[in-house]
Amino acid sequence: MKPFRQILKSIGALYVEGFRGMTWGRTMWILILLKLFILFAILRIFFFRPVLGGKTDAEKSEFVGTMLTSPSHNDTITLKH
Amino acid sequence: MESALIGWSRAQFAMTAAYHWLFVPLTLGLGLIMAVMETLYVTKKDEFWKKTAKFWQKIFGINFAVGIATGIILEFEFGTNWSNYSWFVGDIFGAPLAIEGIFAFFMEATFMAVMYFGWKKVSKGFHLASTWLTASGAAISALWILVANSWMQHPVGMEFNPDTVRNEMVDFWAVVTNPVAVSKFFHAVTCGWEVGGVFVVGISCWYLLKKREVRFARKSILVGSLVGIIGTFAVMFTGDSSAVHVARYQPMKLAAVEGLENGGPRAGFSFIPGVEVPGMLSILATHDIDGIVPGINDILNGYTDNEGNVIPSAGEKMEKGDIALAAFQDYRRLRDTDPEAAAQAKAVLDENIEYFGYGYIDSPEELIPPTGILFWAFRLMIGFGSICLLVMVIALYLERKNRIEGKNWLYHTALASIPLIYLAGQFGWMTAEVGRQPWTIQDLLPLKAAVSSIDHTAVITTFVIFAAVFLFFLIIEIKILAKAIRKGPGIDETLNQ
Repeated sequence: MKPFRQILKSIGALYVEGFRGMTWGRTMWILILLKLFILFAILRIFFFRPVLGGKTDAEKSEFVGTMLTSPSHNDTITLKH
Repeated sequence: MESALIGWSRAQFAMTAAYHWLFVPLTLGLGLIMAVMETLYVTKKDEFWKKTAKFWQKIFGINFAVGIATGIILEFEFGTNWSNYSWFVGDIFGAPLAIEGIFAFFMEATFMAVMYFGWKKVSKGFHLASTWLTASGAAISALWILVANSWMQHPVGMEFNPDTVRNEMVDFWAVVTNPVAVSKFFHAVTCGWEVGGVFVVGISCWYLLKKREVRFARKSILVGSLVGIIGTFAVMFTGDSSAVHVARYQPMKLAAVEGLENGGPRAGFSFIPGVEVPGMLSILATHDIDGIVPGINDILNGYTDNEGNVIPSAGEKMEKGDIALAAFQDYRRLRDTDPEAAAQAKAVLDENIEYFGYGYIDSPEELIPPTGILFWAFRLMIGFGSICLLVMVIALYLERKNRIEGKNWLYHTALASIPLIYLAGQFGWMTAEVGRQPWTIQDLLPLKAAVSSIDHTAVITTFVIFAAVFLFFLIIEIKILAKAIRKGPGIDETLNQ
């Protein structure tokens, strides 16, 4: 049985040589990185701020509880009682 | 009338989910096809099958790369546009998605690396196992997403905690083995097999049309059509069990899909308006021609189901919903000052919790999803899927009879089937998701309570940005795919013949 270090080395070599020998895969990686950049560095930071972000769990419970029961805070709901 | 905020938030979510579903079914279907092809290489020791498998693995990789992370956008939207919903669903939604992210994604990532980089590094058997595990990883990813989706269609295995305002999981296995999840998983995966089959047959027919890669194309048609045909029959079988579950847990969806105003036993199914098969809807929904299928009016007015249970009218459900919502308010108001009264309020809430969402419904008509869209989406799904099945059966028959060459009409039809099978999948999801309106979580949380209280112009802005980004990546994918297909596998026609 191969020693553990040798197995790790083989796994590392698989990835290193695999990435080095890529042809069409390079284009796909550029595409993936570009997409991840647009998603996480632009859209997530500037356009998709979680409404509950920065609140503790207790504050989130309080906030959502109010949103679900108070039409004065949430104009999409009406309550009949 | 639906507010602009809800309308745009829904439109954005629908666009993102539909875009995501452009890539998932091909990953599922092509994964199986390339694994079968590599198995043929290992068992037959024929280099031709290795090159064939490698070509389809390349197409799989391009599709996977463009599709990757499109699902993450849905999670952005949950946090920003649907924050009430995101908090309310609690760990029911978080747990399956976390498992998907950790287990299935890493499984795919690990074995995909071996599949692409390991041809000369690992044994044939290990490589083959990695290819099968890559394909299986895609299906396992789909499982957890569909478990989460199915919980929204039929919520089970949880209890609502009014202190945290969250649904807390009390039975993980009830969530995972939710009958809706089981049939939805197999329905979606086998739909992927059909998509993969139609795609491979269509592209292979293009090579035959161009008189290129003839052996490769014919053998790909053989494997692709077999996988696609088996997938289609499995789609029909799992669709049948889905129909039974919809009839049981979401009868309004079924009534709206059929446009059935007044139901009862021996309910008919219309293929198109005016062409009806008596009793067929009862058979489809209950597996019994005398089975009761309630119509829209029956559901609104109350009815007795096939097990003899009296189902309350919409008005009665709305009253119970009002009671549940008032009890929830009372509990929140009294829990710190009067624990005894708060406990009483909680008992009332628990008693009526299954109708909680009806407290937000202003009129029974709100409970009817748009029947026109559903009627046609369902029939177009079946129609397009059936056309694709026919094309694959003809292609397989002609290939086996050695009469497939020179059939230009078939090549053109098979190519045209590729957009049709994608449309069939989109119409399927449209039926499932539009059909559960107005609910984000069936009976518990309608859209109006689930949506975040934000400015709708912000949602319009992100909708437009997404539309532009999606279109950009879609054009790039199609260009890269077309280039890879035009280049072809480059297989020597005499290889191991």
